[in-house]
Amino acid sequence: MNLKREKLLQFGFFLIALTTLSALAVITIFIFIEGVPIINKVGLFNFIFGMKWAPSQGSYGIFPMIVGTISVTLGAALIGVPVALCCSIFLTEFAPKRVRTFVRPAIQLLAGIPSVVYGFWGLTFIVPAIRNYLGGPGLSVLAGSIILAIMILPTIISISEVSLLALPSLYKEGSFALGATHWQTIHKVLLPAAKSGIMASIILGIGRAIGETMAVIMVLGNSVALPRSILDPARTLTTNIGIEMGYASGDHQQALFATGIVLLVIIMLLNSIAQLIVRKR
Amino acid sequence: MKLGISTKKLFKLIYKTVSIGLLIFVVSLTSSCSKPSKLGIIIAGSTSVQPFAEALSEEYMKLNKDIEIDVQGGGSSAGVMSAQTNTADIGMSSRELNGDEKKMWYVEIARDGLAVIVNPANIIGNLTLEQARDIYSGKITNWSQLGGKKAEIHVITREEGSGTRSAFESLVMNKVEINPRAIVQDSNGTVRQLVGDDAAAIGYISLGLVDEKVKALELDGVGATRENVINGTYGLSRPFLFITSVPPTGKTKLFIDFVLSADGKKLLDAEGLVTFETGEIK
Repeated sequence: MNLKREKLLQFGFFLIALTTLSALAVITIFIFIEGVPIINKVGLFNFIFGMKWAPSQGSYGIFPMIVGTISVTLGAALIGVPVALCCSIFLTEFAPKRVRTFVRPAIQLLAGIPSVVYGFWGLTFIVPAIRNYLGGPGLSVLAGSIILAIMILPTIISISEVSLLALPSLYKEGSFALGATHWQTIHKVLLPAAKSGIMASIILGIGRAIGETMAVIMVLGNSVALPRSILDPARTLTTNIGIEMGYASGDHQQALFATGIVLLVIIMLLNSIAQLIVRKR
Repeated sequence: MKLGISTKKLFKLIYKTVSIGLLIFVVSLTSSCSKPSKLGIIIAGSTSVQPFAEALSEEYMKLNKDIEIDVQGGGSSAGVMSAQTNTADIGMSSRELNGDEKKMWYVEIARDGLAVIVNPANIIGNLTLEQARDIYSGKITNWSQLGGKKAEIHVITREEGSGTRSAFESLVMNKVEINPRAIVQDSNGTVRQLVGDDAAAIGYISLGLVDEKVKALELDGVGATRENVINGTYGLSRPFLFITSVPPTGKTKLFIDFVLSADGKKLLDAEGLVTFETGEIK
């Protein structure tokens, strides 16, 4: 009797787990069905490396957006990663317990702020600051990078902190016993030992940055040309979908789905790399 | 033993949730089926007219509970087509009809003016249509080229597919392409906000949405005002048309009469459009 119930329950949970997976499958299949015809029509090479995006004229080239995505994400990583790493080292190695119990939830709160709020804040503070002090229209790769850098902090900090905490205390004790200073221990022993976890956290953070839409739409300027400097506006793959989906129909709509395919592939690749790195450990 | 009890509880919980979910599902199904059937009007076409048609039909449905109006997008050409083929009761268009299309019945419910706006701090108050085109095509890149301060022009445009953009393209750009380096924003509001914040910016928005935060430029010496749109001297305006395949009758006529009535006009005026004293029925 009990065994039967166990089996039934197991099956129930299996079904529920399956819905999650099938949601993924349905969305993926749908995006591909909608997007693949236009890629076939334009040609994969022309679609990915085409320089001109003008759906009303039938030009569908997303290369400026790929460059936009890469530059904004790279900028976010350059700003965000050092800050996040220092923060996680501080939390695991230096912070007194009282500070830690306050700072850790505060950082997690950062992850809970809706992205539209980040975007609005960027538009009212960062964009005018860049316009007034550095020049250009303010809506720029730099503004997007700064906003995204803040948004990826919680991801990188919490995962790299966990991987630092997971190190056996033997490492640290051994290093101290050999006469190494605290900084030498962190720099030469702890960081290398936690390398895979830290790498995974950075890649997951980058994945988050690539997928972000709303905040980026508001501060990036969304122009469809290659940015010439970090003060130029740019458009990312996500914002291309976000900004144009309202009125798109026909080929234009399909091209937006095709943009989604490219995005999906990039993020899947990043996530699998992160998985691989973690598993290697 | 304890495990058995908790499993039982869990089982009950799942059972309950599922049955409640089913109940809600069934109730919502039956309630949606039991709605009394209503007289329907389908309106389709221009996405620029769509929000105004939605506002009008919302108001109309409040007054007439037995009418159900469905407003769909699709673009001006789709609107003309759907009126022609009777797939919609009323077609919406935000461009003039041409050729054979004029044989259908149509009425201009309002005009929408387009204002080219700059920051109030900008000393330039007048552009020729050609200068506006050159700014947007990227030929003119600095305000000093137009007699203003030495500052790079920050050109702001709307996204592909937007009705305001396509109106601007046909009224100003004359088949010249808008510079891909232009900043793209996805609403009148954000364009206005940015131009209001940036002394070197230029943008275009619906005339009704111009406020004190921005300055509407004169074009070829004609001010962007409602009066000049009505008397036809200000060129940047487009008609909002309702089209039917044959002169409207019954429920469709009643709705169009409401749109052209004082109440309908008041609503369109409040939304920022330019309406005329008498609805010009053509």
